[in-house]
Amino acid sequence: MMIKVNGEDYITDKLFLSEILSDMGVIPERVAVELNLKVIKRADISEQILKEGDIVEIVNFVGGGNLMTINLLN
Amino acid sequence: MQDDNLIIRGIDFKSRLWVGTGKYKDFEETARVIEASGADVVTVAVRRVNITDRKSVNLLDYIDPKKYKILPNTAGCYTVEDALRYSRLAREAGVSDMIKLEVIGDEKTLFPDNIGLLKATEILAKEGFIVFPYTNDDPIIAKKLEDAGAAAVMPLGAPIGSGLGIRNPYNIKIILEAAKVPIIVDAGVGTASDATIAMELGCDAVLINTAIAGAKNPISMAEAMKYAVISGRLAYKAGRISKKLYATASSPLEGMLL
Repeated sequence: MMIKVNGEDYITDKLFLSEILSDMGVIPERVAVELNLKVIKRADISEQILKEGDIVEIVNFVGGGNLMTINLLN
Repeated sequence: MQDDNLIIRGIDFKSRLWVGTGKYKDFEETARVIEASGADVVTVAVRRVNITDRKSVNLLDYIDPKKYKILPNTAGCYTVEDALRYSRLAREAGVSDMIKLEVIGDEKTLFPDNIGLLKATEILAKEGFIVFPYTNDDPIIAKKLEDAGAAAVMPLGAPIGSGLGIRNPYNIKIILEAAKVPIIVDAGVGTASDATIAMELGCDAVLINTAIAGAKNPISMAEAMKYAVISGRLAYKAGRISKKLYATASSPLEGMLL
């Protein structure tokens, strides 16, 4: 199926959100994940099933004091 | 200064200098600067993970959340909806319930949109966030933010990154007089004396990023800011003399020849 991850098209045969994170080498403890604009609690990531067309955002902390315009969501 | 720690909502802040982590050349430099500043609060931004580069490093590999209090911000957010979205993501990233809330009104000045800021503060405070809104040096909005549930209010000294210092110390003074929550100057500091002025006015802390990161020697400037904040705080607590137009002799006149 085709989903969107951080604004990019992503083709996968995996069903669970946690599998996709692990495919991308993302450690869940270091990030926050949003699915279709809703924040997914860390404890729920492993149970979360994905479907065609889902929009996933994976964020982490970067250096910033005030304004940083790069790499904003959407 | 150990008995003079800033405490907000039960959190014990060991330094009154808070630092940002933007504009450094790499994470090593960021870590060294923070160390030199003595700060225990560091602000960070929330951004997309680089999913194409598996080797990309994480800021928290260099800034240990066990050693420092990580304060996520909503920098770059121009609407209430975006600010709420980034805040909720930041909380889920699991470091703390603190959020430095920015709802920016204009790209050129980066002045806050106070109407949006007030709305977002109210909503996030109700959701249990410890909200630190970045605002203008306006006493009325500062009071309204406090009433909306802000844990501390962060007025600017001058526009973000401008280095113009504390442009309106009288407004900051009025904000301080009315405030029941801590007041932390955020933005505008250009050099050590600016930080001292903010602290001498009675501010509870100062947040600095550009003045340190943009200095020719960021590590030395971080150290300068550390002492500037301590100096200003000590002078504030000591209570300065009043200003007078004419001289007052400080040596005794008694015992002079003739």
